[in-house]
Amino acid sequence: MNCVEAIDVMGDAAEDRLDPSCSAGFQEHIEECPPCATYYEQLRITRLALRNLDPAAPEAPARRAELITSFRRAFGERKN
Amino acid sequence: MENHREEEALLARLGRGEEAAFAALVDKLHGRLYAFARTFTTSPALAEDIVQETWLAVIRGLAGFEGRSSLRTWIFGILVRRAKTVASREARRPEVPYPGANGHAENSGEEWDLGYGRRGLWERAPVPWGLEDPAAVFQTKEALEIIDQAVREMPETQRQVVLLRDVEGLEAADACNILGLSETNQRVLLHRGRARVRRALDRYLQGQTDLAGPLMGSARTRGERA
Repeated sequence: MNCVEAIDVMGDAAEDRLDPSCSAGFQEHIEECPPCATYYEQLRITRLALRNLDPAAPEAPARRAELITSFRRAFGERKN
Repeated sequence: MENHREEEALLARLGRGEEAAFAALVDKLHGRLYAFARTFTTSPALAEDIVQETWLAVIRGLAGFEGRSSLRTWIFGILVRRAKTVASREARRPEVPYPGANGHAENSGEEWDLGYGRRGLWERAPVPWGLEDPAAVFQTKEALEIIDQAVREMPETQRQVVLLRDVEGLEAADACNILGLSETNQRVLLHRGRARVRRALDRYLQGQTDLAGPLMGSARTRGERA
């Protein structure tokens, strides 16, 4: 595997979904190519960081209340 | 998100009409749905409308939800349909573009493109971040803001793919279905999006090295103070 091929499957590798047929070749390339190894490490961290993003929305208490009222109408009046 | 068993438990609670379960679901996903809705419109108010209509459609559809996809996948799929409806209703407003589902003409900039190395492989090799604890990157408020900003600056379709795949953790096939993208296109957009975020983090972290020794130790302290 060369750099181009390694980069091509790096996203899958970062998700631990690498096709088994290229897993060995990818590992071998990463071990012998420091730039790809660095890039791969950074891509893994980047993906983990994105998984930890928790986007916020403006507070909207009236809309939230409207939703809960709608839910109550649809599913009965039960409180918890 | 939640595993299958937790989701089944949640669905059972919702089916019994437990308001607290519904409120918790709203609170958990609301910001995420809003961020996703913003990929369909530049108008914050319209994005809020899209999210609200999505939730109302969720309430209407919940009893018939069969669990063929995860609850999260189902809800985000509903949002896309609501967004298209709202966008077409508001079509006369020029600030409400629906970006379509192709994602072409989104340049990757200076990073790799899948299948094509840059001329001269690694003509500028990436510099290691030298993090003592990689987890610090996503536990630091400042770094998360850098990432959030990078995501917000993405072209719409790229942002949709990154939000669904990496932020929400949806399967590739589900993201393709929801967005009407081919698997190949989805892969390219995801790669470009991740590359963009990596670049933003790289600029941030390399900049930090000039300021302090143990890189993220100092960044974390700043993040906690912020």
